[in-house]
Amino acid sequence: MTPTPLPDRPDLYFAIAALLLVIGIFGLLRRRTLIGMLISGELIFSGASLNLMAFNRFKAPDPTVGQIFVLFLMGLAAAEIAIALSIIIAVYRNYRSVKTKELSELKG
Amino acid sequence: MSTFPASQMIVGGVFLLCAATTVAGALIAALTARIIRSVCGLAICCIGLAGLYYFLQSPFLALMEILIYVGAVCVTIVFAVMLAEPDEPVKEDKRASTILWGGFAFLVCVAIFWGLWQPGAHHDWTPPATRITDGSVAAIGKSLLTTYSLAFELISLALLIAIIGALAIARTGRTK
Repeated sequence: MTPTPLPDRPDLYFAIAALLLVIGIFGLLRRRTLIGMLISGELIFSGASLNLMAFNRFKAPDPTVGQIFVLFLMGLAAAEIAIALSIIIAVYRNYRSVKTKELSELKG
Repeated sequence: MSTFPASQMIVGGVFLLCAATTVAGALIAALTARIIRSVCGLAICCIGLAGLYYFLQSPFLALMEILIYVGAVCVTIVFAVMLAEPDEPVKEDKRASTILWGGFAFLVCVAIFWGLWQPGAHHDWTPPATRITDGSVAAIGKSLLTTYSLAFELISLALLIAIIGALAIARTGRTK
């Protein structure tokens, strides 16, 4: 019996997806600016997409469902980025900073 | 399986390259101090991810990943970096508590990774017996315009609202 070729092993994809999620969470916890946290959030999005795509490839009877789901996820991530960046710009206009330590008052 | 035995090794090498690119890009994105390098790390991570999508038999998503993430998201973040100078503050506080919390965050992340990786590694991943469609671009297009047409329209509406909302939010306080 020959070993399964590397691209056909689901556990590798799940390991990479879990790594992306974990790196994103670590970045979210350690970053001190809003844009850095946003980038870490994107890493978490990517981990979720990769996980869904791996399930879609190895388990789903209809392989289009996961692809369409991830496509919608990308669209929503793009919308989220647009909104979040405009909020960051607005915050920077008010505070002259996007460091999370200095954003400490509401209703400025 | 194939007539050329080294082809499988080459495919495995390319797969490992894609995986390493993804993880290295993610590490760069999360750990560097300068935000612009972090954005570049995100772009590298997305290129590696596109390669992984290609190995998962969906070249359409690989294309969209590069188009949306590298082409749109990273460029937008670069614009925000240009407008807001968000570099990480220099490590002025090298106190013990900072290092302690960093170690705690690292431990939490290792625990989450272990918990997620274990079930996936020890499961029997037998493929389903039958496949309804072949997952090609033509099949995606058909189900986008039949089964998922409502979600498709809703996502376009969500994008439109997001653009208008982003413009409205970014405009406030401009004439101050």
